[in-house]
Amino acid sequence: MAVAEKISDGLSRRGLLTGGLAGGFLLAFHLPVRALAANEPVQPPDDTTGKFAPNAFIRIDNAGKTTLVMPQVEMGQGIYTAVAMILAEELDADFAKVTLEHAPANEKLYANPAFGIQATGGSTSLRAFWKPLRDAGATARAMLVQAAAREWQVEPASCTTANGEVTHKESGRKLSYAALATAASSERPPKDVALKDPKDFALIGKPLKRFDTPDKVNGKTVYGIDAMLPDMKFATLAACPVFGGKVGKVDDSAAKKIPGVQKIVVLDDMVAVVGDHMWAAKKGLDALVIDWNEGPNARISSKDIWQDLRAASEKDGAVAKSTGDIAKGLATGDRVEASFELPFLAHATMEPLNATIHVKPDSCEIWTGTQIMARVQSEAAKAAGLPVEKVIVNNHLIGGGFGRRLEPDMVVAAVRVARQVDGPVKVVWTREEDIQHDIYRPVYRDTIAATLSDGKIVGWKYRVTGSAIIARWLPPAFEKGIDIDAVDSAVDMPYDIPNFHVEYVRAEPPAVPTGFWRGVGANNNVFANRMFHGRVGAQGKQGSGRLPPVDACKKPASAGRTQSRGGEIQLGPAAHRARRARRQRAAVVRQLHRDCCGSGG
Amino acid sequence: MATTLTINGEQKSFDAAADTPLLWVLRDVLGMTGTKFGCGVALCGACTVHIDGKPVRSCMLPVGAVRDRAVTTIEGIGATPVGARVQKAWLDLEVVQCGYCQPGQIMSAAALLAATPNPDDSDIDAAMAGNICRCGTYVRIRAAIKQAASQRQS
Repeated sequence: MAVAEKISDGLSRRGLLTGGLAGGFLLAFHLPVRALAANEPVQPPDDTTGKFAPNAFIRIDNAGKTTLVMPQVEMGQGIYTAVAMILAEELDADFAKVTLEHAPANEKLYANPAFGIQATGGSTSLRAFWKPLRDAGATARAMLVQAAAREWQVEPASCTTANGEVTHKESGRKLSYAALATAASSERPPKDVALKDPKDFALIGKPLKRFDTPDKVNGKTVYGIDAMLPDMKFATLAACPVFGGKVGKVDDSAAKKIPGVQKIVVLDDMVAVVGDHMWAAKKGLDALVIDWNEGPNARISSKDIWQDLRAASEKDGAVAKSTGDIAKGLATGDRVEASFELPFLAHATMEPLNATIHVKPDSCEIWTGTQIMARVQSEAAKAAGLPVEKVIVNNHLIGGGFGRRLEPDMVVAAVRVARQVDGPVKVVWTREEDIQHDIYRPVYRDTIAATLSDGKIVGWKYRVTGSAIIARWLPPAFEKGIDIDAVDSAVDMPYDIPNFHVEYVRAEPPAVPTGFWRGVGANNNVFANRMFHGRVGAQGKQGSGRLPPVDACKKPASAGRTQSRGGEIQLGPAAHRARRARRQRAAVVRQLHRDCCGSGG
Repeated sequence: MATTLTINGEQKSFDAAADTPLLWVLRDVLGMTGTKFGCGVALCGACTVHIDGKPVRSCMLPVGAVRDRAVTTIEGIGATPVGARVQKAWLDLEVVQCGYCQPGQIMSAAALLAATPNPDDSDIDAAMAGNICRCGTYVRIRAAIKQAASQRQS
């Protein structure tokens, strides 16, 4: 049970991807969620010659090797094990012998149904892939059964499967999946494949050991930063300390004298030093004397950013949700108001940002760990000046994502450096560079006005002001001025409040780039509303503004998440409603994809 | 000028300036990538190795200072009884999430147990305080250290 390690010998085991994936982000939405359905005869991107490859996720060769292709990237959350369990469950594979492989960049085959692009994030992996993976496993299993039944001239229904074998119960005959691989390849996938009854699950629901951990305790795991290629060079870089600034003058005379320094790469907005190893590169970078043209952003201070945000938060926002009559609600009972501000946060993933790049005249190969395979491929293609199909991305286990690796900037920067270097180069950011040039979780300001009457909240007006990450990252999902992430957990609180109103004000901080950082909007909003309940409530004057305890605001009868006596978490009706709302939002996103890209294929 | 070090019991020769931190010799010159770069300034513990059994941050240790002392890395720690026990406890309790900091955590834990076979919480706090985990596996790390300690005595 080993995670297939990426070979780092300069050769791709997959060869060039077939099929031109359009570079544009919007075109990604063409990608039909239904391409994930197991019944679609898809053209797998890798070399499936001689293998049973019924869909994007399963490969069985004649020697008995079963490879499961992981559409979502492993960054510690255990998704490789979960995905393997789901596939192997429905496939009835021999779980002890499966091999896991990172999916290649291929938006058509591996798009996350929750986003329409090949991305791992937002705690969506299991919710989005549960059904498609079960379908994929069950379809493959059905085709193997059909092949065995044909061989034995019996009814498929008279055959059973377990541990990578088909058995004909009556006669006791058995055929391994390996022996059936060739024959199964010419079977037609069934139209409506039956999924297992959960009571028959052999793997799902069992506390199994993770696939990825054994090599993580003995140093064998190869993260992106560990990619090693023959004749590789090492580089580190410095971008202008002010966002948007440019390189002015570079004095590299001292840097060039440092042993092991090979090359100084000066780009318009950053400087990199290439050396025999990271130490040479870092010493070289430290020895450079760089004059930066810092540009207008140099005049922006933290004070300006907070002032802008506060001013924006005074404006009316786009209404994200409004029930009851908020004007009436706020005119009733005792009024409490508060505002909360949250700072920028850097990700500081334990594995510093890195990408190893080999640019050749007609191709570019990339070794990195990313949450966005296809976007990395298309952005790298732009930076390399190559067609997207000439860019190969080899993904790796990730030493901390937290949303930082939902961005391609570290790969794009590395490609720009690598274009100036003969042979492969590993570009690693120093920790200082990582913190200084993060794509930060945004600053937020949340204002709450609530009214209380007879110990209950009767009016709740909540306004969140901050950056719209969705508008940049998933533009079609930014609709009517609402960032669905920024209002997450603000619009779907599990409380019964008759007059309830949530607004969103988009306010982009000047100069500072913002991005996802774990549960971005949810963390901000839950923090603010729980702080409001707890702190303001506790400090308010009795009788004038004291909030009732949270429990008194809860929707009646096991609303929200409740802890049963057995310790099992059960979802109450409100949580189910919240869940439905999330599903509806996802459906809206999917509809948007279809609307902006025709039928959606 | 070639330098020779004893790493995991083997002689390794390489060319590197004496001020090069051991971390970069291990990773970039010798290709032993199990030891991790995290911060470069001995603040995170990801690069921890043993020098004569003592935990050292290899990102700040000039290779010229190592001389004839024995270097042990995550690739070699499993060959020691205490290292093997720590690795086993890590897997038994599923300590690991992303895993990037864990080579350093394991090296610090193995050094602790070699010096203090039955550590209490304050010993564990003192020994492990310099190792950061962004996934937050600290609770399981503590439990795994205790398990590794108890298995020695049983």
